[in-house]
Amino acid sequence: MRIFDPHIHMTSRTTDDYAAMYEAGVRALVEPSFWLGQPRTSPASFCDYFDSLLGWEPYRAAQHGIAHHCTLALNPKEAGDERCVPVLDELPRYLVKDGVVAVGEIGYDSMTPAEDTALAAQLQLAADHGLPALVHTPHRDKAAGLARTLDVLRESELPPERVVLDHLNETTVARAADSGCWMGFSIYPDTKMDEHRMVRLLRLHGTDRVLVNSAADWGRSDPLKTRAVADAMRADGFTEDDVETVLWHNPVAFYGQSGRLQLETGPPPPSTHEGNSILRGGD
Amino acid sequence: MLNPPAPDGPASRPAAQPAQQAELSADIEDVRARTQAQLDAVRRTWLSDALAEAARAPRQAAWELYFASAGRHCGRTAASDVRVLLLHAAGAGEETLIRLYRQGTAAERAAVLRALPHLPTGATPRALPLAEDALRANDTTLVAAAVGPYAAAWLDPHAWRHAVLKCLFTGVPLDAVSGLARRARGDAELARMLRDFARERTAAGRPVPADLDRALALTDPDAPADPPEEN
Repeated sequence: MRIFDPHIHMTSRTTDDYAAMYEAGVRALVEPSFWLGQPRTSPASFCDYFDSLLGWEPYRAAQHGIAHHCTLALNPKEAGDERCVPVLDELPRYLVKDGVVAVGEIGYDSMTPAEDTALAAQLQLAADHGLPALVHTPHRDKAAGLARTLDVLRESELPPERVVLDHLNETTVARAADSGCWMGFSIYPDTKMDEHRMVRLLRLHGTDRVLVNSAADWGRSDPLKTRAVADAMRADGFTEDDVETVLWHNPVAFYGQSGRLQLETGPPPPSTHEGNSILRGGD
Repeated sequence: MLNPPAPDGPASRPAAQPAQQAELSADIEDVRARTQAQLDAVRRTWLSDALAEAARAPRQAAWELYFASAGRHCGRTAASDVRVLLLHAAGAGEETLIRLYRQGTAAERAAVLRALPHLPTGATPRALPLAEDALRANDTTLVAAAVGPYAAAWLDPHAWRHAVLKCLFTGVPLDAVSGLARRARGDAELARMLRDFARERTAAGRPVPADLDRALALTDPDAPADPPEEN
């Protein structure tokens, strides 16, 4: 089977993860730029990170047979640090690049005025660049955060079909569905959603406009949770078509709106990336 | 632009009020006594010399090196209090506090936050960017250090409610939150956020944090503002 993980932070993962993901069927992924746990202190630090998401990480992924794309943005947490905000002026030169398939992760963390400003500005950037937007819904006060997110989206030029609302759960799915946006679910070992709750939501709401991701990162997470959802769907009686809709066709349709998806990993990459090879040892 | 929801209530006044003075005027002598009790003779001598140096030459780099290396000299357990004492002895001002925070490890940052109630800057809102930075962190030692007396005195209602919710979310015991009873009392918006959080956890089939009910009870307008068990 083919799996497209529409939200996974490979920067935080090892080559073992890449190998296991390929083995589980993952052939394409999108890595959103996000908060690295340690706060950044300058736009230059963001630029190095963006360059990595467009350079080194796709190279690493390709060596494991996985097509890598990214979404770029100033994330909600760091939107609250005035030292980081000038990266918004750097984003336009990045958003024209081939590997960028959306603006993201944007959205709310603590719902501050600074987060309002960064969210509205970056929705406009997505509209200006003909890109979709990956909108993170906050972990705390999620239902109120979603309501406020939808208010800002209505004021923006971006149509709902170009937006995915991510990290949804039982209490936010109905409102997200009514909005016309795509619905993202992050499947985690113990927080956000698990695969069995996901299957119950799929039974209730269907597979339309649903994206399922592992959102694996530097926290306790599992890059194989997309496959776990596929297995749980089959065990619950969903058809192969349903499984492929959720885990391949939906993310392809959503990020395909960028016009930039390149789903073939292509000919083998050169053996070095700017002088470095990760094919070390006896290979 | 949308404004944050800010219903009026006893907690919506940002400036330090008389009720908060007690929270802010924590006694440095208590910190000193607690620290001395933890240190052996060699470490007490080191501390005494370091504090003298900080008081003698607060604008020179030496005491800041002691601030950074306090764990090595006094042990990691005592280091937080030692750093607070050093900041107090040097009379660290806003500029120094911000610099030491920004250049600091998580332990040094936490010490800067814990020192605020003992310093003149703590009587102003000028260190709020530091508390806000720590409250964005996922490192729970920083979150816990950020919800002390300074936050109780200066965080605006919206930020303070999110700080309480973040403690519940990340497993920081609510005992770490200074002024919880006083600020929570009659805060209908905090109550709404707590109930929504409990509903979300229940819908997910996950346990509701034990401290949540306690916080919810404190939002009752008739809850005692200063229960004896609170620090």
